Amino acid sequence: MSRTFGTALRLTLLSWAMFGLGYPLLEVGINQLAFPGAANGSLVRVKGQVVGSRLIEQRFTGAGWFHGRPSAVHMNPRSSGASNLGPSSAKLARHLAARRARLLARHPHLAGRRLPADMITSSGSGLDPDITPANAYLQAPWVARDRGLPLAVVHRLVARHVRGPWLGLFGQARVDVLSLNLGLRRIAARARHARMAP
Amino acid sequence: MSPAAFWQIVLELLVAGAISVPFGHYLARVFQDQKTLLDPVLDPVDGLIYRLIGRDVVKQAMDWKGYAAGMLLTNLLMGLLIYGILSWQGHLPWNPLHFPDVNPLLAFNTAASFITNTNWQNYGGESTLSLFSQMAAITFPMFTSAATGVVVAIAFFRALGPARDKGRNLGNFYRDFVRVLTRVFLLPCLFITPILVWTGSPETLTGMVTAHLIQGGTQHIPMGPVADLEVIKHLGTNGGGFFNANSAHPFENPTPLSNLIETLLMMVTPMALVITFGRMVGNRKLARVMYGVMASMLVVAMFVAVGAEQRGTPLLAHAGLMQHAGGGQMGGNMVGKEVRFGITQSAIFDTVSTAFTTGSVNSALDSYTPLGGMVSLVQMMLNCVFGGKGVGTLNFLMYGLFAVFIAGLMVGRTPEFLGKKIEKREIVLASLALLVHPLIILIPTAWSLVSPYGVSSLGNSGSHGLSEVLYAFTSAAANNGSAFAGLNGNTPWYNVSLGLVILFGRYASIIFMLAIAGSLAAKPPVQETIGTLKTDTALFGGFWFATIIVVGALTFLPGLVLGPIAEYFALYAHHTLSGVGR
Repeated sequence: MSRTFGTALRLTLLSWAMFGLGYPLLEVGINQLAFPGAANGSLVRVKGQVVGSRLIEQRFTGAGWFHGRPSAVHMNPRSSGASNLGPSSAKLARHLAARRARLLARHPHLAGRRLPADMITSSGSGLDPDITPANAYLQAPWVARDRGLPLAVVHRLVARHVRGPWLGLFGQARVDVLSLNLGLRRIAARARHARMAP
Repeated sequence: MSPAAFWQIVLELLVAGAISVPFGHYLARVFQDQKTLLDPVLDPVDGLIYRLIGRDVVKQAMDWKGYAAGMLLTNLLMGLLIYGILSWQGHLPWNPLHFPDVNPLLAFNTAASFITNTNWQNYGGESTLSLFSQMAAITFPMFTSAATGVVVAIAFFRALGPARDKGRNLGNFYRDFVRVLTRVFLLPCLFITPILVWTGSPETLTGMVTAHLIQGGTQHIPMGPVADLEVIKHLGTNGGGFFNANSAHPFENPTPLSNLIETLLMMVTPMALVITFGRMVGNRKLARVMYGVMASMLVVAMFVAVGAEQRGTPLLAHAGLMQHAGGGQMGGNMVGKEVRFGITQSAIFDTVSTAFTTGSVNSALDSYTPLGGMVSLVQMMLNCVFGGKGVGTLNFLMYGLFAVFIAGLMVGRTPEFLGKKIEKREIVLASLALLVHPLIILIPTAWSLVSPYGVSSLGNSGSHGLSEVLYAFTSAAANNGSAFAGLNGNTPWYNVSLGLVILFGRYASIIFMLAIAGSLAAKPPVQETIGTLKTDTALFGGFWFATIIVVGALTFLPGLVLGPIAEYFALYAHHTLSGVGR
């Protein structure tokens, strides 16, 4: 028995060292060298400052921006998660109705229209960086108006940012809201610049 | 169902099936000590490990008791090590966010959960665990618990195999364990992790980055060695996430490609083990029958789940959401789902995860439609729709013993399986293994539902609240680990009861199955005669399937009726009768 114990103990410690330390640290080393951008969280920098991660939703509110999906965790990456409200939950119905009402208050012309499925539902992680193309195109007219940009320009911007399913089949077409808004800010700045130029 | 959804299901199954066949043959070669291409690389590695743990120990032949003792002792020591690390993490290195020690009950639950391949999580990784704990107490048992499942199955296969020189010998636990780790798990992990990083999953020792957001304010973004954990989490059908949101989190599963990789990783080993079984017992036709029955159950589950989620619910229609796909959006039930996966990849992922007892989720199961959620629940109740590595095949074989016994009684023949007589001892042990599962699900579920400390954790009310508790204990008993996560499991009652259910669910059935293996290994093979009931036919496959469904349905139907089925009718009745179902 004591021999079995010794063997089991040595196997435990050895596999712990191999798989609990060796393997993760080796992978950190390899991937920090091979893919430094992705390995460090796909951070987006503007003028040297980290403004977010391309993969993590951040809050955009008010006029002049595309808005991401609602989040059950207030887009706080330190506590990711979903609402976990069941399919017949009265609270879910209230949340959806409240979000729809808030949207309609700003955009009364949407009354009576069905909304894209992702627009007022909260995501699985609470950090979903994407919206559907339908959602983005629905927002395009009022973003264009608030920014004083021609609608066609904003439509082209959205179209440039749509990423299709993998191999045209797996997953869903999507628009990453942070990149879209950064693009929007660039073209808005250019347009302002052009207007100010003599 | 749209053509895109149809083809995603079909292609994923075909690719997984295509990988599983050569992989299954490779596994058989590994455990029958035949040459493989990797020997020149891995023989020296294994040799070194054998030297460190005791070269003569790995040469001993073990009977079922020796094999079980080695397995239990190793698992116990590993569990204690994990418990220790979690309980002391405040004093250990790589704790950039200065998390305190994990409290004893949560540490017990977590150690029990990860050492048994369950990966039920009563904590959120990014808000509880240091980077050291994530590596040394979470990633580590993902390898060893997966290896434990595989070796137990292999020992059982050996018992059923051709007698030759075996006697009561089931092989050597330590040797099998090391060979699984290096030859089956380590190599793929080393090469697939960089691919996952390339798709966007972080792999760093930085604990957190602060971003200064476009619209002002800051966001603290935790990260760490995520990608390496993701690979073994799926390859080992573990399922525990680095983050609370599990594979819905964009760092764990950044793109549709990473999602596809993770889905396939979950499927290959349990599928391959059926092929391995056929080869090791010398009856590939029987393996094909088993593979066919399991695959049919999986296909049905996938189509039902994807269909139910795509159909949406009256509540969502009433909320003014588009319910049909098209025009640049996916329709359906997007509550708790991520845009990049949409309906189809979400439902496929969670179906695979509950069939193969991984338990990772890329969408919130608690918010699935009643039928979509029920698919996951039923798969864990049956626990053999391929199932977790090794144990899934064992559960399926356990039903097979019953099918042989019942069919034998019905047509008046001696029950035999693979040339071994199935007698009282085997059937008693198999009955015990079978009964453990419903007992440890239904009793604690009932207890929780009538006690204030059980009910106070519910995140939803009514039938859905019942489903949450039923789901929790089913997931724990099946060593799955997925959750209807609205239930707050981090209470003394749930930490202890779920922890105990997890341990019973794992070790009771494994010990009963090893005991059957020991009993079968000792039996002399009987010659096949005209009176032998053939088990490797489509007809017997159908009977096998019926046994699984009848036993499963009789045991769990009342629970399902009170939970998801009641919710389904209530949901549709409510919206139809109040005239708002559009």
